[in-house]
Amino acid sequence: MPATSLLGPSLGLSAILFSLGVAGVLLRRNAIVLFMCIELMLNAVNLSFIALAQLHGSGGQIIVLFVMTVAAAEAAVGLAIILAIFRLKQSVDLKQLNLLQG
Amino acid sequence: MTAVVFWVFAAAAVLGATLCVLNRNPVASAMWLMSTMFSLAAIFFLLGAELIGILQILVYVGAIMVVFLFVIMLLNLTRATTDLRGSGSIGATVVIIGLLLIELLTLWRYTPARLAADLAQAPTLSDPATVFAAGELSRHETAVRGVVGGLAGPLFQVYLVPFEITSVLLLTALVGAVVLAKRRL
Amino acid sequence: MTFSHAVWLAVALPLAGFLVNGALALRRPRATGLVSVVGPGVLVAAFVVAAGIFLELWREPPHAPTVVSLWSWLPVGQLQVDLAFQVDQLSAVMLLIVTGVGSLIHLYSVGYMKADPGYARFFAYMNLFVAFMLVLVLGSSFPVMFIGWEGVGLCSYLLIGFWFNDKVNADAGLKAFIMNRIGDVGFLVAMFLIWRAFGSLDFTWVTGHAADTLAPGGAVVTAITLFLFLGCTGKSAQIPLYTWLPDAMAGPTPVSALIHAATMVTAGVYLVARTNVLFALAPVSSTIVAGIGALTALFAATIALRQYDIKKVLAYSTVSQLGYMFVGVGTGAYAAGMFHLATHAFFKALLFLGAGSVIHAMHEAYHATHSHEDAQDMRNMGGLRHAMPWTFGLMLVATLAIAGIPPFSGFFSKDEILSAAFARGGEAPIYYLFYAMGILAALLTAYYMARLMAMTFLGPNRTGERERTHLHEAPWIMTGPLLALGVLSTVGGALNLPHLVGGHSALERWLEPVLAPGLAVGRLSMPEGSTEYLLVGAAVAIGVIGLLLGFRATLGRGILPAREAPPDTGFALVLNRKYYIDELYEAVVVRPLLWLSRVVLWRGVDQGLVDGAAVNGAAWTSRVFGGGLRLLQTGHVGAYVVLFLVGALWILRAVIR
Repeated sequence: MPATSLLGPSLGLSAILFSLGVAGVLLRRNAIVLFMCIELMLNAVNLSFIALAQLHGSGGQIIVLFVMTVAAAEAAVGLAIILAIFRLKQSVDLKQLNLLQG
Repeated sequence: MTAVVFWVFAAAAVLGATLCVLNRNPVASAMWLMSTMFSLAAIFFLLGAELIGILQILVYVGAIMVVFLFVIMLLNLTRATTDLRGSGSIGATVVIIGLLLIELLTLWRYTPARLAADLAQAPTLSDPATVFAAGELSRHETAVRGVVGGLAGPLFQVYLVPFEITSVLLLTALVGAVVLAKRRL
Repeated sequence: MTFSHAVWLAVALPLAGFLVNGALALRRPRATGLVSVVGPGVLVAAFVVAAGIFLELWREPPHAPTVVSLWSWLPVGQLQVDLAFQVDQLSAVMLLIVTGVGSLIHLYSVGYMKADPGYARFFAYMNLFVAFMLVLVLGSSFPVMFIGWEGVGLCSYLLIGFWFNDKVNADAGLKAFIMNRIGDVGFLVAMFLIWRAFGSLDFTWVTGHAADTLAPGGAVVTAITLFLFLGCTGKSAQIPLYTWLPDAMAGPTPVSALIHAATMVTAGVYLVARTNVLFALAPVSSTIVAGIGALTALFAATIALRQYDIKKVLAYSTVSQLGYMFVGVGTGAYAAGMFHLATHAFFKALLFLGAGSVIHAMHEAYHATHSHEDAQDMRNMGGLRHAMPWTFGLMLVATLAIAGIPPFSGFFSKDEILSAAFARGGEAPIYYLFYAMGILAALLTAYYMARLMAMTFLGPNRTGERERTHLHEAPWIMTGPLLALGVLSTVGGALNLPHLVGGHSALERWLEPVLAPGLAVGRLSMPEGSTEYLLVGAAVAIGVIGLLLGFRATLGRGILPAREAPPDTGFALVLNRKYYIDELYEAVVVRPLLWLSRVVLWRGVDQGLVDGAAVNGAAWTSRVFGGGLRLLQTGHVGAYVVLFLVGALWILRAVIR
């Protein structure tokens, strides 16, 4: 029996997890940890989709499938970029990443 | 009973996420994140998304996080130096997170009835009645065709084009990752 | 599959000729042999198609036009315009005139333009003109007609400025183009009004529903017809937009004959005849049409009295004769207007081509002796009947026709128009005035034509001692078409022989199905019995008197060659300088416009507003903003993340309640 009464708490949990992810992005300078925090945010959003899919039909669940796929692609490319940066700077500290600074 | 299980896993997820954000060791962070994802998988089961829950464990925990751990260990980042930002940055973080929570936690009050009322006012073409019927319909579909069949139908019919685009995206990402990670082209 | 459904061939053939000749003009300018075959060939082929269509209609006169739709052109909401051709009695007549006279003039051009380096280009333009002219007369709706209307204007411009190395010619082309644009605005506005009133632009719809859509004499129909007539004054050279036509004589003479006498300039008359029901519903507009026509007929005829350039005389004569046609259609005698259009096409083309032969001979004579005298000045001619007997005889026929001497064609058509104006005078007395102006113009017409003939062909020769021996008749390829036109000018009156001389108004009956909607609103009762005899007698007498006066006055005193002649004085000078209308337009319209363009639009709007405020202002604004925003671009990724989140929060605030 699906629990539509869990809609509000699920969305709230999603909000908390998302905020924690944002906090991680803001606080950490390690690029890989930062990346993991982004994954956390994606997971939080997935939770929202799943919760609402109870009411809106399976479209929400399918969106989660797409999010997972994109997350996988993003992880692959992102980690490859981090590898390349590490080779260049011998570090993954965001402080080192100031090439944009004219 | 469902509510109790939900709250247990919710607490575990928040705890895991907090420790993931705060732990200095990237490997430990990754492990805590994996625990959060397990908890979320359980919650997905509670919310009637059994297939997504399983995929969450398979794809996220089993594949993506393993790649993270692999890279962390490849770069030998376990011994972290001071990794947190300065105090000014922490202040900004607190302010932003506070605002974010204030805004997002209004979602807590959402109930199906409230959602229906909002949708009735929202400038959308979809009628709330049909929207909620879609939820019923999906459940019926799942009951008839099983968990996988209930999702596969719409995925390969209604969402076929996004599905194909996603496959192209994955291929592109594959090629991109290889190109970026190679030492020399 | 009938001939009517093959009507697109009549347009496609000249168009194909244009493409072939145009390609030759660009690639093989010296391939004159091929051009001589293709250029007139497509016209003759088109004439065969036209004759086929005509015979088909003749065998079985239809009551409704055959509309041949080629493709959907403007499907915009309710506005559905097809590229469609309409075959009915009216367009069939125009089709015959355009392709028939066009064929003859093309043949003539083979001889006339033989030595010209732009031979292929000339035929390309001429073919294109015929194609557009046929679109004009065949179009089944106002927009399709407008394609042709604009297209013939373009070709007119190209052909007037055919010898564009001379700035005068290029300017003349430009003048024609600009004057026509003024009229075209009228045409466009009329189309908009028709669209608003009818919701359709098809001729069949408009003529079928005019009577129950528009109130007779109402403001809407009056506005529509007046704007249509503004278009006509531009295209058909009526007051106040007539001044381009005399200047258009800068083009080669066959162009003057085909475009600026026989076909294009009569498009306005055709337009009025085509929309006869609208004009019939707007008596005020019709009176204005007739009035402008009568005024133009008289005004242009007076100017023609004192011109020395042979083509200028004919040009003003054309303007004057077009005025007659507008008197006809303005009076409600649409068939008479079309009749005069047809006969005028014959005799005026003949006059122009004859003048072309004269100019050709004069030009060759002066060329042989390297003289720089004006080959078109009639004061340098005289006595050419000995050198060019054929041309003289044929032009004499045309002169008798235009002067209204029976049994030549012009007599019948002109008489019918004047009779109609007289008949209309019974209900609206102002038409008596138009009739009087028409009679006076007829007198002047006979006079200036006699003067032209006398100065050119009679009396002693003034060309010069050495040049005289080089004067000779034009080749057969030029006199042949003249002969054909001469026959047509002579017997053209048979088209619409009135009851008076035993005919039965064939053309009028032929056009009856097309003109019926207009005639249903108001039919003229033509004069009969003694009145008719009186009118005909007056017309003939006027013609004869004019001719006699003209010959006497011209031959009675000696004429000096152009370089020895004293300048005109007094009223003769005013006439010679065309009442100074061009100078008036220059002072009233052109100079203020140039001043406005230079001072207000260029210095003020363009340099000040556009360059200064808009262009430089935009650059200055973006530089200032960029300078400010540059401060945000620190280059630290963390700073960007914070900014991004602030933005996200902002949006979230708007979304979540």
